[in-house]
Amino acid sequence: MHHNIHSKLSVSLALAGAIIFSVPAFAQDHNHHNDSRAEAAHDTHDHTDSEGGHDVKTQIKETIEHHLADSYEFTITEGVSFPLPVILFDEGLKVFSSSRFHHGESVAEVDGNYYLLYHSKIYKTDASGHLSMDEHHHPTNIMPLDFSITKNVFMILVMAGFMFFLFKAVAKAYQSGQTPKKAGRFLEPIIIYVRDEIAIPNIGEKHYKKYMSYLLTVFFFIWFMNLVGMTPLGINVTGNIAITFCLALITFIITQVSGNKHYWQHILWMPGIPVILKPVMAIIEILGLFIKPFSLMMRLYANMLAGHVVIMSIIGLIFVFGSWLIAPAFFGLTLVLSLLEVLVAALQAYIFTMLTALYFGSAVEDHEHH
Amino acid sequence: MEIPEIIGAGLCAIGVGLGIGRIGGSAMEAIARQPEATAKIQTAMLIAAALIEGFGFAALFAK
Repeated sequence: MHHNIHSKLSVSLALAGAIIFSVPAFAQDHNHHNDSRAEAAHDTHDHTDSEGGHDVKTQIKETIEHHLADSYEFTITEGVSFPLPVILFDEGLKVFSSSRFHHGESVAEVDGNYYLLYHSKIYKTDASGHLSMDEHHHPTNIMPLDFSITKNVFMILVMAGFMFFLFKAVAKAYQSGQTPKKAGRFLEPIIIYVRDEIAIPNIGEKHYKKYMSYLLTVFFFIWFMNLVGMTPLGINVTGNIAITFCLALITFIITQVSGNKHYWQHILWMPGIPVILKPVMAIIEILGLFIKPFSLMMRLYANMLAGHVVIMSIIGLIFVFGSWLIAPAFFGLTLVLSLLEVLVAALQAYIFTMLTALYFGSAVEDHEHH
Repeated sequence: MEIPEIIGAGLCAIGVGLGIGRIGGSAMEAIARQPEATAKIQTAMLIAAALIEGFGFAALFAK
């Protein structure tokens, strides 16, 4: 009993510590951002959107946007960042370090071509770094095809490596006996849960084995990524629509590829209804094919993004009020919401996996009773 | 954001809130009637809530 309370307390303290460290990171981040913005406004042109943008609220808004966006360098804390490789396909493959942009302040010259980083996007420019703007202040310069290892791509690679070695070690431990060892003690119940509560009830005893590898991968990938996103490093992988799009696309492709005769019959020529209704149902069902992965994509993306925005906005309120009396209240609120986000991190992974299994199940279902 | 967009976003939130509230309430009643089926009811509740939530977010983000 005593031990239990002790461990709970240490977990709470660790979480509180993480949040305390996130606050200075936030403060420094927005100072830094403000500086770089002021400089950017000084030496580039058409920065009309930064006019009058120096009150606290605008700074907080900019910091949140900056924090959620993907970037070409990995910032650990103020002044401590490392550049990531930029890979462009523009008249041949161009590979160079993102440090050549000098945080977006200068034009990078590569093999006679000039590139400028503007609002986290790379544009092809002339030697002076001139951007031609349309009436909405969007640059009309050419954007080269971008295959860069950005912060998100980097984190995905790190996580893929981590998961590979973690689960390989767990699997290896079973060769010397059926008892789980080390990390396996923690992971075995979760893997069994995914199998017994998600895969088997939705896909069925007969077909579930084929899909277990994908379901487990997607479950742990989303869960770990959500948890890593809770750290103050500003990693927002699952809150990026491009990534959730790809996850949903993989689910979509696997569902359609494994669809059997009955699945397609139910979509294109629904049995058991009047013939006049069949084409109408076919249209609805075909729309449904695309709505299902679309809602998977939106749900994960919007949930994680909204979670990040809410927590950072509440931390931002500390700076809006700027009072030692009010700060603890917002600190407490952030702590409670962060704990809620830890729950949401697991819940979203569960729901994504559950719905994926449900769609696979509908594709492989046998209709022997018909 | 323009005024109609704000009103639309608010209406979305009301609709989604009512929907998820009804799901949660009904699940509570169902669990009270049949506590032994709690696990199954919770799963069904989460799926239904997730579907509504997905559309709610889609409506909010589609300006």
